[in-house]
Amino acid sequence: MIPLENVLLLSGILFSLSVAGIFINRKNVLLLLMCIELMLLAVNFNFIAFSQYLGDLSGQVFVFFILTVAAAESAIGLAILVVLFRERRSINVEDLDAMKG
Amino acid sequence: MIVNVLFYVFGAMLVGSALGVITARNPVHCALFLVFAFMNSAVLWLLLGAEFLAVTLVVVYVGAVMVLWLFVVMMMDVDVEKLRQGFTRYAPLGGLVALAVVAQIGIVVWVRRLGLVNPPAATARPAGYSNTAELGHLLYTQYLYPFEVAAVILLVAIVAAITLTMRRRPGQKLQDVAKQVAVRARDRIRIVKMDAEGGQ
Repeated sequence: MIPLENVLLLSGILFSLSVAGIFINRKNVLLLLMCIELMLLAVNFNFIAFSQYLGDLSGQVFVFFILTVAAAESAIGLAILVVLFRERRSINVEDLDAMKG
Repeated sequence: MIVNVLFYVFGAMLVGSALGVITARNPVHCALFLVFAFMNSAVLWLLLGAEFLAVTLVVVYVGAVMVLWLFVVMMMDVDVEKLRQGFTRYAPLGGLVALAVVAQIGIVVWVRRLGLVNPPAATARPAGYSNTAELGHLLYTQYLYPFEVAAVILLVAIVAAITLTMRRRPGQKLQDVAKQVAVRARDRIRIVKMDAEGGQ
């Protein structure tokens, strides 16, 4: 059986890598979405590790729901991205200042 | 023992592919590295005893979602060089944040030991144990309502994605379903009464 600490540390490394990815790719919306996918994967690792550790399957059910929501999120996110690219011919975050946010 | 070795090997490959996702120059390579990361995660989930989710990850995520990603990435003509301006400027900051997060998690997990003094003994599984059957049982009894809500979320995602990306170009020959349904017979055909030709 794999020690719980190792899995938690692995998921922590994965999460922090995706945080770093959001920092260094802050102009590219496509890569920002990919980094969010990686973050969700890291969170799923935690759920599965604790599910195995505690012998409780509820954690795996939650991973199932997270996968569902992540798939829906990436579908809608990519649809918005496609519409955006059609309008602006660019996916640079700095060009998206129409709302003056 | 072999399980631990496999865990380290695939964990190292997972971290490597995550590094590839955030540093690769070409967005297509990023997406392919993400596929590799998902495959490695599936193996790790198998090692952790989540067989059904590992297969779901490969089939749904690698098979469907990542293909969608690749389609979108390849459809866009992205000026990569312009998007990568400031990459080296923000890289130290990103690395610093990543190191801080890893250090914090490491402190919690290794030094404080999570307060898990007595880890529960690994429960031996009975001979006919099936992860899929157990998960399905839980999903259709205790988590039935969340399951239904998940289905609705997927439906909303389908409708949203289609309505967002559908566009009407001028000059397209499309059928208007509402007009087709609203049509009545007397608008289309005219019944003419006329005498038959006089027979001899």
